[in-house]
This record gives sequence, C-alpha cells and structure tokens, in this order.
Amino acid sequence: MSEFALQIDNLKKTYKGGTIALKGISLKVKQGDFYALLGPNGAGKSSTIGIIGTLVTKTSGQVKIFDIDTDKDVATAKLLLGVVSQEINFSQFEKVIDIVTTQAGFYGIKKSLAKPKVETMLRRLGLWDKRNDQARTLSGGYKRRLMIAKALIHEPKLLILDEPTAGVDIELRREMWDFLKEINANGTTIILTTHYLEEAEQLCKNIGIIDHGEIVVDTSMKDLLRKLDVQGFVLDLEEPLDNEPKIDGYNLRLDDPLTLVTSVNKDKSINKLFNELNKIGIKVKSMRNESNRLEELFIETIKNKHE
Amino acid sequence: MNKDLKLNIGITLWTLTSKEIRRFMRIWVQTLVPPAVTMTLYFVIFGSLIGPRIGEMDGFDYVQFMIPGLIMMSVITGSYANVVSSFYSVKFQKSIEELLISPMPNWVILLGFILGGVTRGILVGIIVFIVSLFFYPEFQIANIGLTITVLLLTSVLFALMGFINAVFADSFDDISVIPTFVLTPLIYLGGVFYSINILPDFWRSISMANPMLYVVNTFREGMLGISDVSISFSLSMIVLFIFLFSSFSLYLLHKGIGIRE
Ligand SMILES: Nc1ncnc2c1ncn2[C@@H]1O[C@H](COP(=O)(O)OP(=O)(O)OP(=O)(O)O)[C@@H](O)[C@H]1O
Ligand SMILES: [Mg+2]
Repeated sequence: MSEFALQIDNLKKTYKGGTIALKGISLKVKQGDFYALLGPNGAGKSSTIGIIGTLVTKTSGQVKIFDIDTDKDVATAKLLLGVVSQEINFSQFEKVIDIVTTQAGFYGIKKSLAKPKVETMLRRLGLWDKRNDQARTLSGGYKRRLMIAKALIHEPKLLILDEPTAGVDIELRREMWDFLKEINANGTTIILTTHYLEEAEQLCKNIGIIDHGEIVVDTSMKDLLRKLDVQGFVLDLEEPLDNEPKIDGYNLRLDDPLTLVTSVNKDKSINKLFNELNKIGIKVKSMRNESNRLEELFIETIKNKHE
Repeated sequence: MNKDLKLNIGITLWTLTSKEIRRFMRIWVQTLVPPAVTMTLYFVIFGSLIGPRIGEMDGFDYVQFMIPGLIMMSVITGSYANVVSSFYSVKFQKSIEELLISPMPNWVILLGFILGGVTRGILVGIIVFIVSLFFYPEFQIANIGLTITVLLLTSVLFALMGFINAVFADSFDDISVIPTFVLTPLIYLGGVFYSINILPDFWRSISMANPMLYVVNTFREGMLGISDVSISFSLSMIVLFIFLFSSFSLYLLHKGIGIRE
C-alpha cells in the first residue's frame, strides 16, 4: 500500500486561449489525510482537480493516485478516485435514483449489487424521499448532495470535492461536515476546496494554498495557525468614545463609538492593554476574537506573494 | 485496498447503451412517432394517389419501389439524429463528465452511443416497414440476409457520423446544419424516389458520386432484388467508411477534442 493517496509533480496547464492556469505545481497528500486546497478565484484549484479526474488535459507533469500513474493505468486510478465537481454535471431530465444507479454502472457495478448501495447512499444523504424526482426539480443544496452521492457510489479511496458547500445553508453545511468527517474516519482520503476558511479549519489536517497557478503554502493546519502571531480582538465599551485612545505598543481603532478594535502581537500581553485602558478611564464591557484568524493569514499570504 | 480493481467492461457498456435506449424511448413522441407519420404521408400521396399514374419503376409497382428507400431514409435520419442530439446534450449539460471521470475506456463510450443510435435506427426502420405493409401487404423481402446486413451497417455508419458532428458542435444550430443541408438533400437525390436509370446521362453520372445512392440501392437489392449499383463495391465502401469514421471518432476522444478542456 502506498503512503500517498495523491502525488502531483510539476503540473502545468495552459488553456487554449493562452491562459496559464498552472505554472508547475507539486503536491503530495498522504493516505487518510483531510486536505484543504485554498486559493482565490481563478487560482487554479478547479483546473488541478479537473486534471486529476482527466476532465481537463494537462500540458505537462505527472499525476499519481495511490502510486498509479494516470498516464499509465488510468482505469485503475479512476476506480480509486471520486470527484465532486464545482459545477452541476448530471442530466437534468433524469430521475435521482437513475442518475446514481447509472453512475454505478459506469464503474462496472452490476445492477443487483448497485441497488442496495444506491439505496444506502441516498438514505444517508437525505435523498431517498426524492429518488423519483427529476434532477432539475431539486433545490441547490439537494443537487450538491446528489453530486456527492454520485461521486461516492463506487466507494473511492480518494474523494476530491470542489467547493461542495458553496451556496449550501448552515444546517446542511454542518451535516455535510459530519458526513465528510465520518467518511474520512473510515479511511477515505479527502481533498476539498473551499472559500470558507472556517470550514478548512474545522475539517482539515493539512492545507495548501494555491495562487496564480502556484502553491504558495503547503503545511499542516496546526503549524499554520501557530504561525499566526497576531490576534485581533474586538472590545465592546461601556461608554462611547469620540476618538481612539493612543497606547504605546498597541494599534487601536475605533469602529464605532462603542467598539474598539485592536491587534495584539503574540508576545504582548492583553492584560497590559486592559490596565492601560483602565488608567485612562475606559471600561471594557466584553471582548471577542476578531473574525477568522485564518482568513487574515490567507489574505496576508496572498498579498505578500504579489508585492 | 485492492479489493477488486478490475473493471467489468460488459456492465459499463450495457449501462451506457441502455441509458441511450431509455433516453429515446422516454421521448418516443419526438423520436419514434414522427417517422411513422411522415412515411404514412409519403405512402398515401406518392404510393396510393400519385403512384398508380407513375406506373412501374424498374419493373416494380411504384409503392413497392419506394418502400426500401423510405425505410433507409428513416434509418439514416434516426440513427444520425439519436447520436448527434444525445451526445451533444451530454456535452452541453456537462454530464459527459460522468463518463470521463469513470474508468470506461473511450471505445466503450463510443460503442455505447453508437449502439443507442443503431437501436433507434433499426426500430424506426421496423416501424416504417410495418406502416408500408398497410399500403402493400403482399411485400416479400428478396434477400433477408443482405437486408439485415445493410440495415445494421447503415445505422452504424450514420450513428458514427452523428457522433463526429456532435463532437464538433458548439451550439444547437450546429447539430441541425448537417442533417438539413447535407444529409436530407443527398438522401432525396440518392434514389429513394426514383431509379437513376430514368435520369439523363449527365445527371446519372453526377448521381453516381452521391454516397446515399449506394446505401439506398444496396438496401433495395436486399429487399427487392434490384439495384442501380454494384453491391460488393457498395458494401466494401460502407465498411471502409465505418472503419475510417470509427478510427477518427476514437482519435477525437483520445485527444479530447471538443470534450476535454
Ligand atoms: N475552460 C477554460 N478555458 C480557458 N481558461 C480557463 C478555463 N477554465 C479555467 N480557465 C482559467 O484558468 C484559471 C484558473 O481557473 P480555475 O477554474 O482553475 O480557478 P479556481 O481556483 O477553481 O477558481 P474559483 O475559486 O473561482 O473556482 C483562470 O484564469 C481561468 O480563467
Ligand atoms: Mg474552481
């Protein structure tokens, strides 16, 4: 058994119109990993996934799925791979159950064997009651579920999801998270792209950031979060202020008369800030973390690379 | 991990073929009824009303002469239309990704679509033949073996052409241009309604360059036992073109032209 579920080596992609989508990315994802691939719009995430699933032809480079080179034995590689594309890609006029059963057939699964599998999968994803509905009548969230059911029907060992929770409501998103965690716990390696950094933080062990067709960060989530040396705090004040106070060593900003925002370096104590504020008669009612730390880091990283 | 990493090709092929058949059966009003209606009109107008005034064509009643031609016309249109519209809409709806992501080899994908088109072509051919029996109940097929062979080969050939058309099509217009401006005129002028023996020499020579003439006449040889062309030549040409078109289709699939970005 191979150590890596996915190995990408020096992958390049130039589209017909001349757009260079990938400038030679290399990436390794360990078996059993839950890997987040992040990056701004147009960074090359979907292009990478498209190439892995052979929906997009590569310009050069190598892709291996569980050590199987997709140029050498694509059929075996594909048996191990499941992909949930960013865009809906099923026939709108077919019934939900037919779509999933047909997909099983495309993987060579006999109908008698596929039937119970399809039922389990549809039940698991809450699609069973809608099994006889035409796919086009499903709501967006259910269409996503159908995409996932389709990708999992042959029990792939590597599952890649391209923005599976885009446009999905909070409840369903949490459900999907639980579902993905469970699949991962059962041994499926998962790679996921998302624009919700909270999602990556919640789910993923390792993380890669891609920008302008290059991998700019490839590390573990823990290390990445540790690197965050600045933490933002939002302080709700008891009494309104006209101007932000000036305190040495701290960067303070008044969002509105009752809200003070600050970022504190890891090596500085937040206690000291409270003391200083106290001294000048500013009372803090409550305090919370500012936005998502990962988000800040993400924006920092991308910015730094292009300055 | 290596539980059973062997692909059962037979199942994948059957899945795709039966999906294709399900598709045209689901929309039977668009796929199976129109040829029956159109051909009934042809039989009524040209067979029953005008036919008796035309008299004989190559020694056969005019209705009888028309039957093989009209069947061929329906088979050609049916198998071509099925593949071109099915494969184009699979492309258009992106559900082609379901096939590309799967481990199915290209030749199975091609064969699945072709078999779908062939099934529709043959089914339509049978329907038109049944319709024709209402107008000429005493019809006898001269050479069953040849009839079936030509029926099969023709529907394979035109299903392949429909496939190639769909690969290059970028809009719904593109899938109707060739059937309307190329196929239909060639079929009408390809000896469906007349024997080229009635044409002046000049037009007869020109007609000889029309590939439909060979298809229609070979089928007429099978059904009636007469033909304007050499059967062995026609059959070899049909087989040759099937070979060329299927190689070209496989090449297109391999290169991902019109299919993969
Ligand atoms: N079919 C195509 N033809 C030409 N250029 C393309 C095609 N698909 C993508 N591109 C270009 O390749 C680059 C990378 O696109 P890609 O879809 O991989 O980005 P992404 O990271 O998935 O973005 P998003 O977060 O918006 O989904 C972009 O500049 C895009 O415009
Ligand atoms: Mg994308």
